[in-house]
Amino acid sequence: MTTIFGIPIQAFLGQLLLGLINGSFYAMLSLGLAVIFGMLRIINFAHGAQYMLGAFVGYLLLVNLGIGYWPALILVPLAVGLFGMMVERLGLSRLYGIDPLYGLLFTFGLAQAVEGIFRYYYGVSGNPYSVPPLLAGGTNLGFMFLPNYRGWVVVASLIVCLGTWLLIEKTRLGSYLRAATENPRLVQAFGVNVPLLLTLTYGLGSALAGLAGILAAPIYQVSPLMGSDIIIVVFAVVVVGGLGSILGAIVTGYMLGLAEGLTKVFYPEASNIVIFVIMAIVLLLRPAGLFGRDA
Amino acid sequence: MIKSCLASAVLLAAMAAPASAAGISDGKIKIGILNDQSGVYADFGGKWSVEAAKMAVEDFGGKVQGAPIEVINADHQNKPDIASNIARQWYDTEQVDAIMELTTSSVALAVQDISKEKKKIDIVVGAATTDLTGKQCSPYGFHWAYDTHSQAVGTGGALVEQGGDSWYFITVDYAFGYSLEEQTAKYVKAHGGKVLGEVRYPLGATDYSSFLLQAQSSGAKIIGLANAGLDTSNSIKQAAEFGIVQGGQRLAALLFTLSEVHGLGLKAAQGVVLTEGYYWDRDDKSREFADRFFKRTGRMPNMIQAGTYSAVLQYLKAVDKAGTDDAEAVAKELHDMPVNDVFTSNGKVQADGSMVHDMYLYQVKKPEESKRDWDYYTYLATIPGDQAFLKAEESGCPLVSK
Repeated sequence: MTTIFGIPIQAFLGQLLLGLINGSFYAMLSLGLAVIFGMLRIINFAHGAQYMLGAFVGYLLLVNLGIGYWPALILVPLAVGLFGMMVERLGLSRLYGIDPLYGLLFTFGLAQAVEGIFRYYYGVSGNPYSVPPLLAGGTNLGFMFLPNYRGWVVVASLIVCLGTWLLIEKTRLGSYLRAATENPRLVQAFGVNVPLLLTLTYGLGSALAGLAGILAAPIYQVSPLMGSDIIIVVFAVVVVGGLGSILGAIVTGYMLGLAEGLTKVFYPEASNIVIFVIMAIVLLLRPAGLFGRDA
Repeated sequence: MIKSCLASAVLLAAMAAPASAAGISDGKIKIGILNDQSGVYADFGGKWSVEAAKMAVEDFGGKVQGAPIEVINADHQNKPDIASNIARQWYDTEQVDAIMELTTSSVALAVQDISKEKKKIDIVVGAATTDLTGKQCSPYGFHWAYDTHSQAVGTGGALVEQGGDSWYFITVDYAFGYSLEEQTAKYVKAHGGKVLGEVRYPLGATDYSSFLLQAQSSGAKIIGLANAGLDTSNSIKQAAEFGIVQGGQRLAALLFTLSEVHGLGLKAAQGVVLTEGYYWDRDDKSREFADRFFKRTGRMPNMIQAGTYSAVLQYLKAVDKAGTDDAEAVAKELHDMPVNDVFTSNGKVQADGSMVHDMYLYQVKKPEESKRDWDYYTYLATIPGDQAFLKAEESGCPLVSK
């Protein structure tokens, strides 16, 4: 049998695919973070909590109202996005002019509070959420058994990432956004409602986190800890990609997912630190990140 | 300057005051419940264990030898350094008489060391490693509900008997995981089975697919999950996703309790074989306690929570019998007295500190078999205490040979 680095090529391909699936979550989450940082200059520590919130809203919709996975795919991002907009209006918008540290502390505190509330009411063992019947089962790819749902996650995340990138880089709304980041006062002088744009941007970032959460619910346990488990990794992804770079966040998300997947084969004990090792190396060699512009 | 001099003088005086040989020091019994209340093991014991400890105090009457009993608690976040700081502070400045629960093996080992050094009682309920009553045993240390040996003999033994003679382990990368894997592997090999490989992953990982695929391609009949809490839940959920069980391999959750079954749901957890020292629907005594526990917490207790109740109650009985909270005297009573309560009948504490009692093998029900909330287990077998736990002479505890 053909082997790569001593493992059968089939197993190797399987692990690459798994890495890509995890990378999908990293990409979607770091994308939201990058959008928020790029436009608002806020380091959104509440991103993990919003991801967790997405999974929980999905779970609660199912348990309390009997609303299944497909409607939840629309409803959850809306709900989490609205929550985000509320947070921006009531809290973050008051912190724009001052030291970014305040924004970071505010979102960090918010994340702790949200996580604590859910932990109090739901414990940490998590709650079950099943794969939707349409995507149950799996497909034999020859080199591995791919659960259909995981395949769907990769497709969905690619669509979402591409869509967001197009929205910001190619549409009129996106151009307003980018302009508002460069020079908010000038853009306001042209009659664009900049505060509203910022609120919408934060809402969009939150909605992306919520969407990732509901996509993750059938794979991981819906647990209050799911956000804090992943958020640090996602920050590393954003830093490696270059803070605020949207394309960087997406590409790095998938790349680091692959790197982590390979580590799980060769030296699994290190699988939770490999991303940070890469981050340290990138910061040493290219402080602005792989895709960042030097400030 | 003068103030601090005065303060140290007072401190010195207090320290120099002779500890009374009999009676309750400081006129109070203080029990510290130290465990994970926010991390992956927070449902395994968590704040529910604290509630169980309080129930034990109430059932005992709230006082022992006329002295009031107080339960305090803290979250050690699964970090031995944090746990050690709390334990030292409790013993040194807060007059805590005994620390119990101690989920997470690395933490339990660290705190047991401190307790030994300070001559204080510790009763470990939530941690698993047999080292606690083996090479790191303490004359004041006890191990209550289960250990890696009981899990290996229980779940491992049952599956080997059913023909599961080739194993692959998915092991969490710290003291507990090694201990669980080692004990189970030893048992499997001793009964003619073989171990095809193992993979070690960092605590609290969320994605297990890579490890599961490695286990799958090993061709082992049994995939042993040497982990606990949320980690095990996620492993089982994802194993179902990758069709591991349909593919003919079986999952052995070596440490899996009612709390995790509840979180996972019967649909994902059905068919899993597990070993617990307590199940609420076991007999009248266990049901009576579980009902009261449910009224306070809205959930049924697992063996960690019921075990904490038992440990606290037994400690209070020992203090009462000894007439003092002096660790030496209380430890002697704990070693001598049989354990008869809602948790177990005729439990015996060995010279190495291990509380020997029957363990039970259960299988998780299918959703359609469950008649009510929390009706999760089908009883398979009883593992008698003397098989479930290592004999004191075999434990490697230096205290035993003398």
